[in-house]
Amino acid sequence: MHKRLCVAFVAGPLYLLVLTSAICAETTLLNASYEPTRRFYSAVNKAFAARWQQQHGSRIVIYQSHAGSGAQARAVSFGLEADVVTLALAYDVDAIVERAGLIAQNWQQRLPDNSAPYTSTIVFLVRKGNPKQIHDWPDLARPGVGVVTPNPKTSGGARWNFMAAWGYAMRHYDNDERRAREFLARIYGNAPVLDTGARGATITFTRRGIGDVLIAWENEALLAAREINPDDFEIVVPSISILAEPSVAIVDKVVDRRGTRQAAEAYLKFLYSGEGQQLAAEHYFRPRAKEILEQHLERFTKVELMEIAAFGGWKQVQKIHFSDGGTFDRIYGSASATK
Amino acid sequence: MIATAANRTCTILPGFGLSLGITLTYLGLIVLIPLSVLLIEGADAGAAKIWSELASSRALAAFRLSFGAAFLAALCNAVFGFVLAWVLVRYRFAGRRLMDAMIDLPFALPTAVAGISLAQLYSTSGWLGYILAQVGITVAFTPLGVLIALIFVGLPFVVRTVQPVLEELDREMEEAAVLLGASRWEILRRVVIPPLLPAVMTGATLAFARAIGEYGSVIFIAGNMPGYSEIVPLLIVIKLEQFDYPGATVIASAMLIASFVLLLAINLLQARMRRWQGG
Amino acid sequence: MARASDATTDLGRVPALSESRGVRAVLIAVAAGFFLLFLLLPLLVVFVEALRQGLYAYWAGLTEPETLAAMRLTLLTAIVVVPINTLFGIAAAWAVTKFNFAGKNLLITLIDVPFSVSPVIGGMVFVLLFGLPGLLGPWLAAHDIKIIFAVPGVIIATLFVTSPFVARELIPLMQKQGTDQEEAALMLGANGLQTFLRITLPNIKWGLLYGVLLCNGRAIGEFGAVAVVSGHIMGLTNTMPLHVEVLYNDFNFVAAFAVASLLVMMAFATLVLKTALEARAAWKYPTLP
Repeated sequence: MHKRLCVAFVAGPLYLLVLTSAICAETTLLNASYEPTRRFYSAVNKAFAARWQQQHGSRIVIYQSHAGSGAQARAVSFGLEADVVTLALAYDVDAIVERAGLIAQNWQQRLPDNSAPYTSTIVFLVRKGNPKQIHDWPDLARPGVGVVTPNPKTSGGARWNFMAAWGYAMRHYDNDERRAREFLARIYGNAPVLDTGARGATITFTRRGIGDVLIAWENEALLAAREINPDDFEIVVPSISILAEPSVAIVDKVVDRRGTRQAAEAYLKFLYSGEGQQLAAEHYFRPRAKEILEQHLERFTKVELMEIAAFGGWKQVQKIHFSDGGTFDRIYGSASATK
Repeated sequence: MIATAANRTCTILPGFGLSLGITLTYLGLIVLIPLSVLLIEGADAGAAKIWSELASSRALAAFRLSFGAAFLAALCNAVFGFVLAWVLVRYRFAGRRLMDAMIDLPFALPTAVAGISLAQLYSTSGWLGYILAQVGITVAFTPLGVLIALIFVGLPFVVRTVQPVLEELDREMEEAAVLLGASRWEILRRVVIPPLLPAVMTGATLAFARAIGEYGSVIFIAGNMPGYSEIVPLLIVIKLEQFDYPGATVIASAMLIASFVLLLAINLLQARMRRWQGG
Repeated sequence: MARASDATTDLGRVPALSESRGVRAVLIAVAAGFFLLFLLLPLLVVFVEALRQGLYAYWAGLTEPETLAAMRLTLLTAIVVVPINTLFGIAAAWAVTKFNFAGKNLLITLIDVPFSVSPVIGGMVFVLLFGLPGLLGPWLAAHDIKIIFAVPGVIIATLFVTSPFVARELIPLMQKQGTDQEEAALMLGANGLQTFLRITLPNIKWGLLYGVLLCNGRAIGEFGAVAVVSGHIMGLTNTMPLHVEVLYNDFNFVAAFAVASLLVMMAFATLVLKTALEARAAWKYPTLP
């Protein structure tokens, strides 16, 4: 009796294990991405796998890992074996190049549009009815307004947020850096918490009811306002924002070691294809393909967009603002007790 | 209980070397070395960093919340756990067996499941959250939510510690007290409850120890707002995510030391309990 | 000797031997209310939310490839972790209860340590050891061994967290049983292995099964420790509890509660088996010391 019990005890789970396992050999890719893209890549992976099956007759499985863009870059540098990275900004990909040499130096020129298959921008998400009357950047610096934004040290979206605010401040204060810093210090002083990633900030604002305004990716704001809680939130587009270009790249060392270069390249090229661009638009990203952008124009508000090049490019920006002792450290250290 | 064999230092039973070897090797690899590394790295961070981390207002608020809510939850569980144990042992009523079996549910249930279901239940659109909102009480995403989650998590501890003691309790003392003319309340107060107190204390301390380190059940219902509704385990995770390893190790070391102290306290209490029971 | 568990209804006629009917009713109501509020309602919520969009959505949520992968990883973890910790538990209980040696009590305390430490710390210590910025990180990377952000990390963290369970059930049981039977067997000519298999094992079988059950339950449900080491690679290093969090944070509530409902059913199975074991063995096993 005991023997049978023991056998059943062990054999049962093993049987289940085998049953649910993929039995046939297959190619696998790991895509390390930033936080808001889970649904998007879920759809992309399905579509790409179907196309790959059609074209090559073999199975391909794409695994996803999501975290703050900066944190993800560090993880990949530290050994997270991603075949491709689809991060929030070019600098995080550059960080992998510099820190660990896993990606070729010329990665950005290997794909069209600076390796950014879609773009987005930064907008505000406020509670329905806009009770605190938030219309533009200065309202975020008002006392008594709770601002939710992620931590620039780990989140890519957070750094776009910061630069959008900085761009406004510089224009508003005629390039007076001191006053711009004060302006940003006031905004970050209004931030009760800095989440590690953009999705974390969205959850803090929408689910936990913290804060009066969320500085968010346009796609996150649209997702929240249109699909998740349409009755609770509305989008406010500021007078000026930034052109956010999330970058994608193959991790050369990894694909060469795993022999997945062909699949990885096809995967990234898929993002530029009609199907990929259509999926991007459906998930509230601004596609590069003009025709598809035209079809979805109603969801993307026209807004004046600054470019990161105007600030000297990401390498420069990272050094001045987000490195240790940079602008963010200076204003946040004084603004809050959080470490 | 103490077999004579256990008092002899030499015994004919084989396998001492093997079993002790396996035990020490496994414990060493899985438990001792990792924990020692933590403490060493924590100490390595340097006195200045240790002070600035532990004394930061964010860490202090987190410690206050974690320990404070755990204390209140343990208190709550002591009271209600005692009532539950009493009712389960001494009374007969429909559904008693089912209730008894389900007391262990918080212990058997994955903490993440408890977390999302409590968060859903107490959110303003959830069944209880909606009712409470009508009377102006917000539970979800406040320290109150943390308290509720910790009460859930600690529920079985007092009940399961008190039950065996209650069951073994000799009714003769009560009967003698009746014969001597005591009222029911006096009997409870002087005869029945005193021997149960060590068990209640042990159970409450166990619940407390569990609650200070609890993560999964709490993070969904807590607001996670630094300085207000952020628990210590979450603070550690955030520091890890933000690659502030020195900060994380310092705070984790502090928690580890607190856990050791509690473990010792629990062992002492249990030894007292066993002595009292004469077993 | 009158036991406390003797029926109280007939004793209710002797007023001071039990509380008055009114008090009894109130206490039962309080207990039932507490029970309902803190135990039943959360359970109900899981199933109501899981089925909110109907049976089809429930099934779809459960059969997503990433969810199936999470189930596989959870099963794999349980299959690896439970036997290892069972062996450890038996060895530890044998060493501690059949022999007397200096530091025995310290050892018993040490065995309990993973039980009293926060699971986040349980995971974090392995990140410190095996993560790239950690102690052994560079060595592991040089030899292309992946522990953190990979399945081995998940398993090791779960090993840490569940290591005391079997030992904690066996130690009080074997302490109670003493060494007489084993000594008798040895004197009659049995060797060590025979003694263990034929004498000890049958004596502890219910306690052993009980400990295995609890160890299994915790291995399946562990969250904090695994969250820190796993890297959240969906389809690869997400266990079922982690996947619940991922789905929940992606606003995918039906799927999150669907997977949660599966975990609830597993917890129920644990409780049912536990009750059956207790009935079989005719005494109550402590889930706690």
